[in-house]
Amino acid sequence: MSETKEQTPKLICGKCDIELTMGKVSVAYMGNSFDVDLLHCPKCHLVFVPEELALGKMQKVELALEEK
Amino acid sequence: MERQRVQEYEAQCIEEQPPACTAGCPIHLDVRGMMDHLRKGDFAAGFGVVARFLPFPSIISRICDHPCELVCKRSEAGDSVRINDIERACVDHGYKASALPRAQRAQRRKHIAVVGAGLSGLTAAVDLAAKGHEVTVFEAKARVFDRIHDWKRPPLPATLIETDLAVLKTTGITVQTNTLIGEGGMSFRSLVDAFDAVYLGLGSKPIEDPSIELALTADGRIAIDSLTFATSHPQVFAGGSQRYSPAVYSPITSVHDGRYAAMSIDRMFQGASLSANRDTQGPYQTRLFTKTSDYAALPAIVPDDIHAGYSAAEAIAEASRCFPCHCLECVKVCEFLAHHGSYPKRYIREIYNNDCIVMGARKANRMANTCSLCGLCSAVCPEHLPMGDFCLEARQSMVEKGKMQPSFHDFALRDMAFSNSPAFAMARHQPGTTSSATLFFPGCQLSASSSDHVVSAYAHLTERMRGGVGLMLGCCGAPAHWSGQDELFQAGLRSFSDEWEQMGRPRVVTACSTCFSVFKEHLPDLPVTSLWTLLEEIGLPERPERSHAAPFGIHDPCTTRQEDEIQKSVRSLLKRMGVSTIELNEPGLTTCCGFGGLMSFVNPDVADKTVDRRAKDSDADYVTYCAMCRDNFARRDKRALHILDLIFGDEGDPAARKDPGFSRRQENRAKLKTRLLRELWSEPMVDETAVPELFMSPDVQALAEKRLILSRDIRQVISHAETSGAKIKNAESGHFVASHRLAAVTYWVEYTPKDGGFVIHNVYSHRMTVGKEQPS
Repeated sequence: MSETKEQTPKLICGKCDIELTMGKVSVAYMGNSFDVDLLHCPKCHLVFVPEELALGKMQKVELALEEK
Repeated sequence: MERQRVQEYEAQCIEEQPPACTAGCPIHLDVRGMMDHLRKGDFAAGFGVVARFLPFPSIISRICDHPCELVCKRSEAGDSVRINDIERACVDHGYKASALPRAQRAQRRKHIAVVGAGLSGLTAAVDLAAKGHEVTVFEAKARVFDRIHDWKRPPLPATLIETDLAVLKTTGITVQTNTLIGEGGMSFRSLVDAFDAVYLGLGSKPIEDPSIELALTADGRIAIDSLTFATSHPQVFAGGSQRYSPAVYSPITSVHDGRYAAMSIDRMFQGASLSANRDTQGPYQTRLFTKTSDYAALPAIVPDDIHAGYSAAEAIAEASRCFPCHCLECVKVCEFLAHHGSYPKRYIREIYNNDCIVMGARKANRMANTCSLCGLCSAVCPEHLPMGDFCLEARQSMVEKGKMQPSFHDFALRDMAFSNSPAFAMARHQPGTTSSATLFFPGCQLSASSSDHVVSAYAHLTERMRGGVGLMLGCCGAPAHWSGQDELFQAGLRSFSDEWEQMGRPRVVTACSTCFSVFKEHLPDLPVTSLWTLLEEIGLPERPERSHAAPFGIHDPCTTRQEDEIQKSVRSLLKRMGVSTIELNEPGLTTCCGFGGLMSFVNPDVADKTVDRRAKDSDADYVTYCAMCRDNFARRDKRALHILDLIFGDEGDPAARKDPGFSRRQENRAKLKTRLLRELWSEPMVDETAVPELFMSPDVQALAEKRLILSRDIRQVISHAETSGAKIKNAESGHFVASHRLAAVTYWVEYTPKDGGFVIHNVYSHRMTVGKEQPS
């Protein structure tokens, strides 16, 4: 077990019963898309978006793209 | 947006008009700028302003006939500001030779003769030399400024005159004294031949010298065009007291003539039109409005030593009496206009530029969408500039171009869609009847806030009125209108109109003044009456009189700004109930509660400031007749009640009732429909709004409200997660977290099951799509 990681508690996919892992996920808004690292289920690809990301960086990018 | 129309809006804003003193000054000295510096005690900067306008600052600041002071708005609140004495103080305490004009290098240097070394002649000479031209001054007498040297009221020290005359040297002007032009001296014709242009500042006496070959006026003076200072000879210009032939000599008018004649001469050299763009040359009346009644009257500061003029401290005190003049009437009363730190003319330009952007960020989107469209700015504006109409046009243009920011109005439009869906919308004739002479339309927000009152009001109407009173639930479409979605708005109106036709074109009675104004303005064939006017006619329900100890502050919804009749009816109803009221504003000057124009969704901080400002107008509890105003006051802890609380409410404390919040608003609407159908029309409906039960702490409820996440949305997320299994378990807390995309938003809910319902721990949302989600 890594000692530096583990800020996010262990998250388990409810469908597949396996732990979410970091991986590239595509996010898109108003015709623009980016790949970002997010926790997701390696089997069914269910993605987790943490609150800090949704209300922080994601919201900033949303507003910037809306102004374009 | 059409450019010309935008310019018409812009022209209505008068804030950029000069103050009266500057407009009244023949050379438009920037008095307000000078006063700004002096108030801060910066005499050097004050002198910089003076020297920029006055060619001979030491002299003119002592002898100016100061027409500015005659028009100073301070005279409406005390004495005029002693502007001329302040100018002198700038010279006395801030003189700096480096601020004086210097000669530029002219591209095409011309030779100009100036005849007469008085104020108009030397002003023309300095202005032309400063532009880089070569200027020779011819003076018949032995010295320049002969009249000034002999000035008696009071005499001017010779050293002071010398100080100002230094500018002749620094700008390279040649002066020939004791040189007569005309009979007995250099011939007028040879002068004209030798120079590219001639300026004549010959004093006020008629011209008796026949060698001066210029057209004369009936009284024997040179015929001078008062705009361009041209004479009958194309190369010769003239001005000063020769033109205005005064009973009383006006130094500043002479300076004016010299300055604007010099401008004509320079224009002639450049081949430009002499007369173009000179509308505001010379003294004129400004359009700038200043509300002087806002200021207490103050007498002028009198210098301790009249001959010495103001000390620095006295000058600062006198400059502090300058308001300074601004209009800003709208900015003073509107949190939206104040929020952006400027005034409408600039906002209009910014919003128009924003509208024209093809590539790049549209930084004024939020500004155009923050306005509450309440109309107060127009009501207080001396020129009645309607910023709301302009902002609405900007919004419609954004929608047309596909550039409206989706996050601004999405929530409000979905709330409107809910109100016009079968969950709430309905239309029925009165039970037991097949036609309606009247149709009660309580509106979506009263139904969301006080559904009991809708039931009571409908019962009262059916009891008192003949011919059948139908009932229609739904939304009038105001959110679509406010958000610039004209197609959606028009479709809503058509659908309302069709329904009204099917009901037999009854008279529509609205309980909401927004619905009233929407129907009145956009469906002119539809007969619409306010519930308050109707109640005044048919009477209130009989009920035991109750005592209301303290008077209520009466808040008129902003959509009744022009509706005197409705305002009067409400006051009359309150009086009949024995309720005493306090007027919060002059008629027609009510404010928005922060909901109008969907302000609270686009700019919640400004909306809060708007309602808080209104709440502070009086310590009294407020009474209003708009459910949204009532609930907004409650949301910000201002005790307020709806007039229906007084008409139909019970003995409790309705002013303490909390804002139901967005989730409850929708649930209340749905419940109202279910109740009415069940109780009045015996049509059973299943109320599914509250299943499954959600357990939310007040903190989580407040968070959901702030983040515009409805209980309905939360139920849908959980239902999707529990049915599909698409949920994530936090191994530490045991909570589940799941998301579901509804319309254009992905909602996240953190929850745990409990007793067949769910405990909600957190909710949030984003608009981006993630992974395989489809944008809507």
